[in-house]
Amino acid sequence: MTSIAKPPVRHPGLKKNALGLTTRDYEGAMSTLCAGCGHDSVTAALIQAFWELDVPPHRAAKMSGIGCSSKTTAYFMKQSHGFNSVHGRMPSVASGANGANRDLVYIGVSGDGDSLSIGLGQMCHAIRRNVNMLYVLENNGVYGLTKGQFSASSDVGSTSKRGEANMQPPIDPVLLALTLGATFVARGFSGDKPQLVPIIKAGLRHSGFAMLDVISPCVSFNDHEGSTKSYKYTREHEVEIADVDFVPLRKEITVPEGAEGQVSVTMHDGSVVRFRKTGEDYDPTSRENAYEHVRACQKRGEVATGLLFIDEHGEDMHALNKTVAQPLSELPYEALCPGSDALAKLMEDYR
Amino acid sequence: MHDTRLNDFSFKIATVNGTGSASANNLLMQSIFRMGIPVSGKNIFPSNIQGLPTWYEIRVSKDGYTARPSEIDLVVALNNETYAKDVATVRPGGYLLYDSSWPLDADLVRDDITILGVPFGKMCVEAFEKDRDRTLLRNIAYVGALAALLEIDMDVIHEALTEKFSKKKALLDSNFRAIRLGYDYARAHYECPLPFRLARMQENANSVLMDGNTASALGAVYAGATVGAWYPITPATSLMEAFKEFCEKFRVDKATGERKFCIIQAEDELSAAGIVIGACWAGARAFTSTAGPGISLMQEFIGLAYYTETPAVFFDVQRAGPSTGMPTRTQQGDLLSIAYASHGDTKHIMLFPANPEECFYAAARAFDLAERFQTPVFVVSDLDIGMNDWMCKRLQWDDSYRPDRGKLLGAAELDKIGKFSRYLDVDGDGIAARTLPGLNAKGAFFTRGSGHDKYGAYTEEAPAYQDVLDRIARKIAGAASAVPGPQLHAQDGAEIGIVSLGGCHAAVLEALDRLREQGVAVDYMRIRGFPFDQPVTDFLNAHETIFVVEQNRDAQLRSLLAIETGMPRDRMTPVLDYGGLPLTARVVIDAVTAHAHKPAGAAV
Repeated sequence: MTSIAKPPVRHPGLKKNALGLTTRDYEGAMSTLCAGCGHDSVTAALIQAFWELDVPPHRAAKMSGIGCSSKTTAYFMKQSHGFNSVHGRMPSVASGANGANRDLVYIGVSGDGDSLSIGLGQMCHAIRRNVNMLYVLENNGVYGLTKGQFSASSDVGSTSKRGEANMQPPIDPVLLALTLGATFVARGFSGDKPQLVPIIKAGLRHSGFAMLDVISPCVSFNDHEGSTKSYKYTREHEVEIADVDFVPLRKEITVPEGAEGQVSVTMHDGSVVRFRKTGEDYDPTSRENAYEHVRACQKRGEVATGLLFIDEHGEDMHALNKTVAQPLSELPYEALCPGSDALAKLMEDYR
Repeated sequence: MHDTRLNDFSFKIATVNGTGSASANNLLMQSIFRMGIPVSGKNIFPSNIQGLPTWYEIRVSKDGYTARPSEIDLVVALNNETYAKDVATVRPGGYLLYDSSWPLDADLVRDDITILGVPFGKMCVEAFEKDRDRTLLRNIAYVGALAALLEIDMDVIHEALTEKFSKKKALLDSNFRAIRLGYDYARAHYECPLPFRLARMQENANSVLMDGNTASALGAVYAGATVGAWYPITPATSLMEAFKEFCEKFRVDKATGERKFCIIQAEDELSAAGIVIGACWAGARAFTSTAGPGISLMQEFIGLAYYTETPAVFFDVQRAGPSTGMPTRTQQGDLLSIAYASHGDTKHIMLFPANPEECFYAAARAFDLAERFQTPVFVVSDLDIGMNDWMCKRLQWDDSYRPDRGKLLGAAELDKIGKFSRYLDVDGDGIAARTLPGLNAKGAFFTRGSGHDKYGAYTEEAPAYQDVLDRIARKIAGAASAVPGPQLHAQDGAEIGIVSLGGCHAAVLEALDRLREQGVAVDYMRIRGFPFDQPVTDFLNAHETIFVVEQNRDAQLRSLLAIETGMPRDRMTPVLDYGGLPLTARVVIDAVTAHAHKPAGAAV
């Protein structure tokens, strides 16, 4: 049951954000996912990120499709509006909602089945449209809710719990998003919250479509030997390209300055994302570079994580459409109806 | 033909698609219209850009009949491919106008009609130098010949042409020259005018020539719709294109270029439906325009909107199915697939405009109904209404109109109530209050297509689940009295009842007049909305003999009537016309006279 309320008991010493809210205020209903599910860790990271960004919960809209991942929108920010729509079609619902009210903070939560199989087309076109939203793809390489079928992100050779091997090549949402022109592409691991929270914050602040693929192991159907999306496999094969720190403009910069090889990216709203490169030179503003890096990691059997690509100069759906600044849903009717005189005049064109 | 028939005849032009005849046909329509004479046109075109045969039927009717004509008095045959077929469609005693640049095959001559040759091709080759001009102007020259034969006012033609080519003087000159060639030739070689011809009237001061898609788009503008999502599909494409055009005219800030609308051309119809639902959920008035194949693709989303009680407006401009069917032919084949669209128990509000004027008002009303009942609403027209130019009353707008947004709680109202529960029916009308995301933390709710109780919480409990489902059924039942009721045309002593809807209306009205002249009195009920209200049942019960006239193979309207009113199917005789062309009065007259048991005259 996704509507089990959490006990309202609060620790008096909980820290408050600029809105005077604690992280408890950003929680949702009790999760009904399996104990140890990677998705619950992503949910925790989302709560942390929204809290740290001081987003008023009712100004966020949580969009999802169908599947274990899509259920998680009920597990954070119960004071936000949520829309659990149909399988694979969240991107269109989010596009429409954003079309109507551009002022809300849109977060879409999806999974590998929802995004890479039934909803592949929708996801791709939301990227092309550059809808201003954070799109979190909780990627476990398996269909959990229907009990263990391969998904489109299952790696070749990975085995199901029953021992069958997947022979079809996987779709990598990161490479796909890079190819489609996404202006923000990142990958995280549900087991690495310190890395995930700043990426989520950066993605929420990004103006445009932010793709965040999160490797999120399924403890029931895909956390065994032979799975390439298990906790063990991911921990052993994750290659973090950059430590990300997200620094909102209005907060003091607390990250130590001048770290070796540091790259700063100024976000659309003036806030700054910092990358500390680990080892090799990495330029997150080069799409080609990101593509090569992810491919190279793949060849070595590694998973590239971190903020892989960012372009803060892309125009989102409304910029491309030249939509008025005020949300369309808030325009008074008087501003929309041309009136009877205009109609009478128009009729002359049809004679 | 010895008598002269004024302003009461039909003619048909057969040409090749993509050769310029479309503008010539529009010019003919416009000129006749501007002579104050009621006129309507049916474009019978192929699913093709260039090369396939196309026809345009123009009906001149002093009495104002707008249905497709039952017979053709004059055929302009300019397409060799279809010549034999076109010759055959001239009524006995009628006329054929052909291009006599080439000799006429003796096999194609009919001795019961008058054949008039005008060497359009030859004249244009001699008069114009460029190949392109020679081809295109041949297809404007026939306007001149028709002007001579039918007495279309050449000054009116010139005026219309001048407006069309106001910025292209050279085109105006060459076009009018070609028209003049046809005119002069016909005058020099034939006795003009023909026994049926035009004479100025004063009927059109309050009318316009408009297609239904344009009217629907205008209705959406006037209703305050701001988000449009679509995927191109014949015959619905021109609806969203018209919406875009009107928005660019009326909703762009002149100083900043900022737009008070957002039109999204989606990757498919599924996405278009999702965008509409998302936009309505977030508080905009949003819609999509589509045809049958789109409705098929949107089924799952339609069920989501129904169950989550999200407003959404769908324009379905029906075309001939099933499958791809005949994309450029008309039909009423989507009635059943819309009425109960999507899996599970659903029922949807439909509006059935019968002409462009009604499209305008139905469009505006659809947004009110969608918000009031928090459910998808379908404006169901067809290709004939949507794409053909109809003569209809000038559209008017009441400036006191304000959108009916239904039970929509604002931030202040939310503050006043104790607790907001999305699906709680407070006042017993089956409609629960909704609110919009972003207004207020108190109004936050989780919209889900999965089982939910009246508080909006997930449930798998039978009573809680059924409670919501039953309330939605009550809500939709309540919509029966809010949709436009049936329009009744009663005649004294009539025992026969005809039921029809939408695009059939014009032909049925005409048939009623002809039947009355034959002494057959018929009552007529035109369905204008779904779900049906009590008057629909009453009409059926009041008539021993009932004909249901519709344009599909399976008598879908009859099925709906049977399902919803309990009237046995075999008490209603179907009159079906589903070949893809607009209905003619003849089909209705023949069906009624064949089935009418009473001798003619007895019913008067």
